[in-house]
Amino acid sequence: MGLRLEKPWRPLTPEAIAALPAELGVFQLGDAAGAVVRIGYAGGRTLFGLRSELEAALAKQEATKFRTEVTAQYMSRYEELLMVHKADHGQLPPGNAADVRRRLGRLRPG
Amino acid sequence: MDFEPSEEQALIVDQVRRFVREEVWPLEAKLDPDASHVEPEDHARLVEKTRAMGLYGLGIPPEFGGPDVDIVTQTLIAIETAQHRAGLYSPCYGAFGGAGLAQLYEANEDQKERYLFPMLRGEKRGFFGLTEPSGGSDPARAIRTKAVRDGDAWVITGSKIFISGADGADFGIVFARTDAEKGRGGITCFIVDADTPGFYVRRVVHTLRSGHYGTELQFEDARVPHANVLGEVNRGFAIANDRLTRQRIPYAAGCLGVAVRAQEMAIDYAKQRETFGAALSTRQAIQWMVVDNEIDIRTARWAILAAACKAARGEPFRTEAAMAKLLASEGASRVVDRAIQIHGGYGVTKDLPLERWYREMRIRRIGEGPSEVQRIVMARDLFDQALY
Repeated sequence: MGLRLEKPWRPLTPEAIAALPAELGVFQLGDAAGAVVRIGYAGGRTLFGLRSELEAALAKQEATKFRTEVTAQYMSRYEELLMVHKADHGQLPPGNAADVRRRLGRLRPG
Repeated sequence: MDFEPSEEQALIVDQVRRFVREEVWPLEAKLDPDASHVEPEDHARLVEKTRAMGLYGLGIPPEFGGPDVDIVTQTLIAIETAQHRAGLYSPCYGAFGGAGLAQLYEANEDQKERYLFPMLRGEKRGFFGLTEPSGGSDPARAIRTKAVRDGDAWVITGSKIFISGADGADFGIVFARTDAEKGRGGITCFIVDADTPGFYVRRVVHTLRSGHYGTELQFEDARVPHANVLGEVNRGFAIANDRLTRQRIPYAAGCLGVAVRAQEMAIDYAKQRETFGAALSTRQAIQWMVVDNEIDIRTARWAILAAACKAARGEPFRTEAAMAKLLASEGASRVVDRAIQIHGGYGVTKDLPLERWYREMRIRRIGEGPSEVQRIVMARDLFDQALY
């Protein structure tokens, strides 16, 4: 597992989402240009894991692309992805500004 | 020796138990099963209640504004505050506050003004940086991070690992080798500001404990002023060692709290779950598991309170604390494992807290000194000599 989520983007479509495993994990939503618009996780209370979370994102038309990573350590991986994004871009993705209400750590990855 | 709580202690324990069950449990019904934090407004509401109970800031000495609660009562409280899903590593989500970095109570006045008091006011956060990639159980030898004096500053180079909270901290207490020839007598403790050039939080270290991660730190010629030496040069090991001994009692109490709750769940479930026409509780195989749980729980409880009582009397308690930590972490691991077995398939789902406790309890047998090191500590005292 790399520090950054660098898997290829996939189109945020019903077909692509239906093919996802109902597993716990983290995901990134992206716009047409490939910029991350939100980082999220599918935790232990989701009905069908990543599939449920991305169905919700599709319903809200939040993004056009997505990529996922199945992991049982979804909470720590989610926070890590937020911190890495902030270190790389100087700010959080627009969709996370309201989500992260508690103090986020600072990471300075090499 | 009788460890029955006094009337006052029993009242406090009852109050805390009701707090956990009436205030914390309902919050967890909505949180992610691996969550270690509550929403800020929920945290504020919990803190308001613990302040009203007169129990906020447990572990902070009264002269620094903490409640005047003795260590035995604090231990009884710690057993209670762990009895929820996140209770092992985030007891009551921090609603009782805490002592923070207790080493700072020994700081000089300047350091207290810059670090201790802001920390107690909640304005600054700190981390404890001891463990290194080369090891954590033998800090006297494993510490390879070095600090070299350069004028009015020290230049620190090296790395630390499994450090909790460093990414969100304003400063840290960092141990570095200042004399390569002196073993444990060559370690110094520094207060390092998080914005020090050359200090980096490199990565999150993912473990079984998903909601409460550790980090890896790197020091690349990080210059720390001499004024930030905590205690005396080359006397840092005593600071680390004192902390490790004291921390073992609440650490063990947290394990016991989870074991108590797992046992309650196991008994409740065994009474209501039927197999082959009878309740599980009537099956001898289940009864023996529950009895073995109780033996582990009571053994740990006696050891923990024995350690706390000796500490309260001001007597040496290193062996007792090591024994308590070993018995509680290993015993509670067995209790949670048996509770899962009694629950069957449901025991390993995220619907119940048992699977989280099972994962996190595994870390407790390693954190704050693994069981093997606790045995070394006890053996050292029994033989009245330094074995290594």
